[in-house]
Formats: sequence, C-alpha cells, structure tokens
Amino acid sequence: MGNPVNMTNHKPKQSADSSAGAIIEETPLIAGNHTFSSITEKISGVIEGPTPKMWWVLFSFSVSLLLILVGSVGFLIWEGTGIWGLNSPVGWGWAIVNFVFWVGIGHAGTLISAVLHLFRQKWRTSINRFAEAMTIFAVICALLFPTIHVGRIWVLYWFFPIPNQMSMWPNFRSPLLWDVFAVSIYFTVSLLFWYVGLVPDIATLRDRAKTRGKKIIYGILSLGWRGANRHWRHYELGYLILAGLSTPLVLSVHSVVSTDFATSIIPGWHTTIFPPYFVAGAIFSGFAMVMTLAIIARKAFGMEEFITVNHLEKMAKIIMVTGLMVGYAYSIEFFIAWYSGNDYERFTFINRALGPYAWAYWIMVSCNVIIPQFFWSKKLRTNVTVLFILSIFVNIGMWFERFVIITSSLSRDYLPSSWDYYSPSIWDIATFVGSFGLFFTLFLLFLRFLPMISMAEVKGVLPQADPHHPMYQKSGEAHENK
Amino acid sequence: MPKWGMVIDLNKCTGCGSCVNACRMENNIPVVGAEAAQEGRTMDWMQIITEYDGEYPNVRITHIPRPCFQCGNAPCVIVCPVHATFVNEDGLVGQVYYRCIGCRYCMNACPYTAKCFNYFKPETPKEYEVLLNPDVTRRMNGVVEKCSFCHHRLALAKDTARYEEREVREEDYQTACLEVCPTKAITFGDLDNQEHEVHHLMHSNRAFRLEESLGTDPKVYYLKREDK
Repeated sequence: MGNPVNMTNHKPKQSADSSAGAIIEETPLIAGNHTFSSITEKISGVIEGPTPKMWWVLFSFSVSLLLILVGSVGFLIWEGTGIWGLNSPVGWGWAIVNFVFWVGIGHAGTLISAVLHLFRQKWRTSINRFAEAMTIFAVICALLFPTIHVGRIWVLYWFFPIPNQMSMWPNFRSPLLWDVFAVSIYFTVSLLFWYVGLVPDIATLRDRAKTRGKKIIYGILSLGWRGANRHWRHYELGYLILAGLSTPLVLSVHSVVSTDFATSIIPGWHTTIFPPYFVAGAIFSGFAMVMTLAIIARKAFGMEEFITVNHLEKMAKIIMVTGLMVGYAYSIEFFIAWYSGNDYERFTFINRALGPYAWAYWIMVSCNVIIPQFFWSKKLRTNVTVLFILSIFVNIGMWFERFVIITSSLSRDYLPSSWDYYSPSIWDIATFVGSFGLFFTLFLLFLRFLPMISMAEVKGVLPQADPHHPMYQKSGEAHENK
Repeated sequence: MPKWGMVIDLNKCTGCGSCVNACRMENNIPVVGAEAAQEGRTMDWMQIITEYDGEYPNVRITHIPRPCFQCGNAPCVIVCPVHATFVNEDGLVGQVYYRCIGCRYCMNACPYTAKCFNYFKPETPKEYEVLLNPDVTRRMNGVVEKCSFCHHRLALAKDTARYEEREVREEDYQTACLEVCPTKAITFGDLDNQEHEVHHLMHSNRAFRLEESLGTDPKVYYLKREDK
C-alpha cells in the first residue's frame, strides 16, 4: 500500500501480442506526473494552507442548516411527534424515509474501502478516504432519525439489553432491534476502518505541523506512527482484517433495514425481494452521493489529477449496474404481485403507479431507471457536468423510492376504512433539510482538518511504487521514498 | 385458562355508536379535537367501520364495530422492540403504556389499524374530568394505546373471586361496549366454554373473522349480515 517495498505484484500490463513488441501503456490512475513528495505537498497543502473564503461561506450555510435541525428537533421533543404530518395508518413518515435514505448513502464508503480493497481495485485509493468519511457522516444522520422519531426519546435506552432492576429486556424478535445492532456495528466498524486508514496520513501531518497545538493533536491521533517496516506490516494486516469484517456488513446492514418492512404483513412490504433490492439501491444511491461530493471537492480543491475522469467513469459504471438491478427489482415486484394472485399485493402495486402517490412513483422510476441509462454512452459518462447533474437526480430518485415504499403501502393498508393521505408538515421538511446541514458541517470540517485523499495509499498506486520501475534499475534495489 | 373472545352480530348492529362512547368513557380516551380528527388522528379504541354496498338508491350499509381483535398470532407483538405490547397471562394482547417508547411499529404492523398514538400530551376537557375512570391509567405524550377488552374489569373480577375464594365466573367480566349495546349485538365470554352462547355463535354458519387469511387468529368473530 503506502510502503513501496511491499508492492511487488504491480507490473505494467502488456498486450496479448507482446511478441510483436507492442506494449500498451496502462492509463495512469494518478495524472500529472506526481512524485511521492508532490502528493504529500498537494494534499497536506489543503489542510496547512489558509482557509479558503468559499469554505467559510459553505460552512456558515451548513451550520445555519444544522441550527434548523437543532431547533426542529428541540421543538419536536418539547411538543411531541404530532408536529410531523403523521396520521393513523401512516405511523412512519419522513423520519423513516430519511433514515433509510441516509443509511443507503452510507453504503458506498464501505463498499469502496472494503470490498474494492479485497478485490484489489487500485482506483479506489483516490476516493476511498472521503467516501468513508461520507459513510460515517451519513450514518450519523441516519442514526439521528430513528432516535428522534420515537414518541419518548428519553426512554430510548430501553432498546439496549442493559441488565436492570426492573426485569426489562428488549424483544429480540423485533426487526427494529436488529436495526439498532446492525447500524451501530456498521458505524463502529466504519469508524475504525476510517481511522486506521488515517493513521499514516495523520503521522505525515504531525511531522509537517508547525504549531505546537497541531503537533500535539496530530501526535495523539497518529498513535506513535513512525513508518517503520513493522508498523506497515501490522497496519496492512489490521486494514485487511477490518476490510474482511466490513465486507459482510455492506450486505447485512441494508438487508436488516429492509426487514423492518419485509417482516411486517403490510402489502407492498411483505416481500422476500427486499434485502437484495435494498442493498442494490443502497450502493446505487451511495455511489451517486460519492460522485456528487467528489465532483465538488475535486473542483474546489484542484484535485483533478487525483480524482480523474477515469475514476468518475468507473463510478458511473457501478451506478449504471446497480441502477439496472434496482429497475429489475421494480419490475419483478410488479410481476410477483400479479403472479401471486394476491389481491392486496396487486392493488398495492397498481395503486403505487396510478394511485394518489403516482407522482412520487414516476419521479422514482424516471430518476432511478431512466437516468442511469445515459451512462451507456461513453461521451456522457466522461462529461463531468453531466455526471454531476445525473448523480443528483439519482439521489433524488432514491429518496423517493423510500418515500413510495413507506407511505404508499401504509396509507393503503388492508381496511379501506383506515386509508388516509400523508403529507409532510413544515417540521418534517425542516428536519430533513437540517440533516443535510449536519452532514455538510461534518464533511466540511473533515475537508479542512484531515487529508481528503489517502496520501499513503495513492502513493502506492504510482508507477514509482513498483520496485521494478525503471527508476530503480540503476541501483537495482527499491528506495524508501516518502 | 379461559380464552376471552367476542362475537358481534352484524345483523343486529345499527351503528348507533353507543359502544364507541362507552369505550371512551370507560377507558379515559383523550379528546383530540376536530382539527386532529381531520388530520386522521382520531383516538378510538372501538371504531365503527361502515361498509357501503350497491349503487344509489339500492344501497346496503353494514356497520362493523372494530375493537382490538386480541389476535392469537398478533403481528404487533412480534415487532415491538421493548415488549410493551405482549400476550398477557389471560391470553389478551396487553399494552403497557409506561413501557412503550412510541416507535409506532405496532401501529404499522396491525392490519386492522386498531392502535392509536398520542401525538401530543393527551387532554381531557375540564368538564369531563369528574367522569374519569379511576381504574384506568391515563396515558402520556408519545405512547401507543389500544382496546384492552376492558382488562381492568377482568383484574377486578379476579380480585373479587380471590377474596371470595372461588373461580372467576364469566358473568363477573363483561366489557363496556357490550353492556351498553342497545340491540345486544355483542356477545362476550370464554370461546372454549362449550356451554356459553359465544361458543355456539362462533361456530355458526354466518361466523367469519376480518382478514382471516393473514393468519392473525383474531378472537373477535363477526356474524355475517343477511337480508331477510
């Protein structure tokens, strides 16, 4: 990874007819002929340089949104859940929609960092750091919603199996309890993974720090890292173990979230397709969010050489694949509703497409099924502006997917006498908008104080990191080059 | 252990709403007001579902009183994360307000929408306060509540029986909705007691349960409406 000595398996690809002497050069992952030191300079420079004015503008805006969140959550706890637009059949509204939306976004980070790491996809190194940061902040936003949506937030600790004098114990058959464990484990592992990956880079920042405060803070956070061979060995093993632990979590978390719906008998919820369908949707939305943020960050901080169009194109391909999976799931749901012969299921799906929430359904279909089809064209998926706009559409579409699933099913359950229409109140909207404030506040702080691209890992994918690189031919051995 | 259940004859029900009001008074159900009712937040443990059949002028109206069905296989019990709703020792689906955290999962899971939620601090108009039933707990903000088959009456019947050193008799325990029904549409008792009328009625040709195919095993039977 960061240690060039260990990179023995990296060889430039050769074409099949190498006998003819034609060698096709691999497109470099990092453009701009960077050296190890120029990478450190460039990425640390963002943190060490003066705070850009634009950062302050965006930060003030995000903090304002965060204050809206604080205000609306405060009012919610003071007044009661009634300030939201919920009613009798629709007991879950925007809060749960937002929860599933944010958890879904939180999926791409671990997929990029863990699964792509295990599959040795070297292109992940440019985007993994801030995708992981995005995961952590998105999961924080996600955890907020189930916390505040309960009627009595002050007794929320009853969710946890804490031995107590009241002989109370949670119900392990409830999917809501599985959620608590699934999401909190996911959060813990993602945080650890992120932090372990940060250690070598924080050590670099510590070594470069000029003020005493920075030296102390980065010094504590870097856990005494000296870049010794022994450190690298332990680090890489630890990183691999964490990647192994995180990989099943990528699949499990959203599967568990989907059981919230799949295990109850509401038509439109009670289907076995939910776990894979939710996981595909989560990766779909997560990658769209990574793309949106990556495009902004590379532009704002001049990181085009690290996050190249090549990276964006690869992400676009993943968005297209998962978008096709999601589209397939939509059609299979319809097919099964018809094929099952169950009148309630048939009604639910016809109602989704043609009923009172048809507008939301068709927004969902347009954004999630039609929009990703543009990525078939290489011209479009290498155009940064197009990618940016389409990734935002995907984010919107995935929010609507959760909205359609939750509200259209609940508002039309078994007895027509209890049917009702759900519309959000101003407080629902304020809380959702405010959650973006929380997300972007954390994200901007991250961009300012921590390296947004993993310096150690990016160095590992440079051509110079290969011990067989022509640069080392003279001396015949690899150099420590930091 | 008796299996408490109810049979409601839809031929006899006129939809007068006495049961709904008796239930409100008996169980201290909060008054939400017109505005909240418009928003679909009516609190009724007993609700009358009206079914319309046919085109005007040949319309046939059926009133279906809907308490909590105290399902044998209750979907709400499985999903409650904190055991606030559970099957109690009398086989009824209990709801412990002080244990409820207000996640509303049980409301969603119930196919009959039998549960209601206290969206705000529940209020009782001042003039009603003297009428509050001291046997029933008043609920607080943020908890789910539902019909309990007047469980406090069963508790009282059990206490009395223990004091008098005898078994609980069926006539000791009646629900409030049944007591006020002017047409005697509701029959209540031990469904397993072969001598009781409720047992015969539940095996009648007209007997059915709402959404039986869901496998919830409700303890409330209806007798189908038949035009004579």
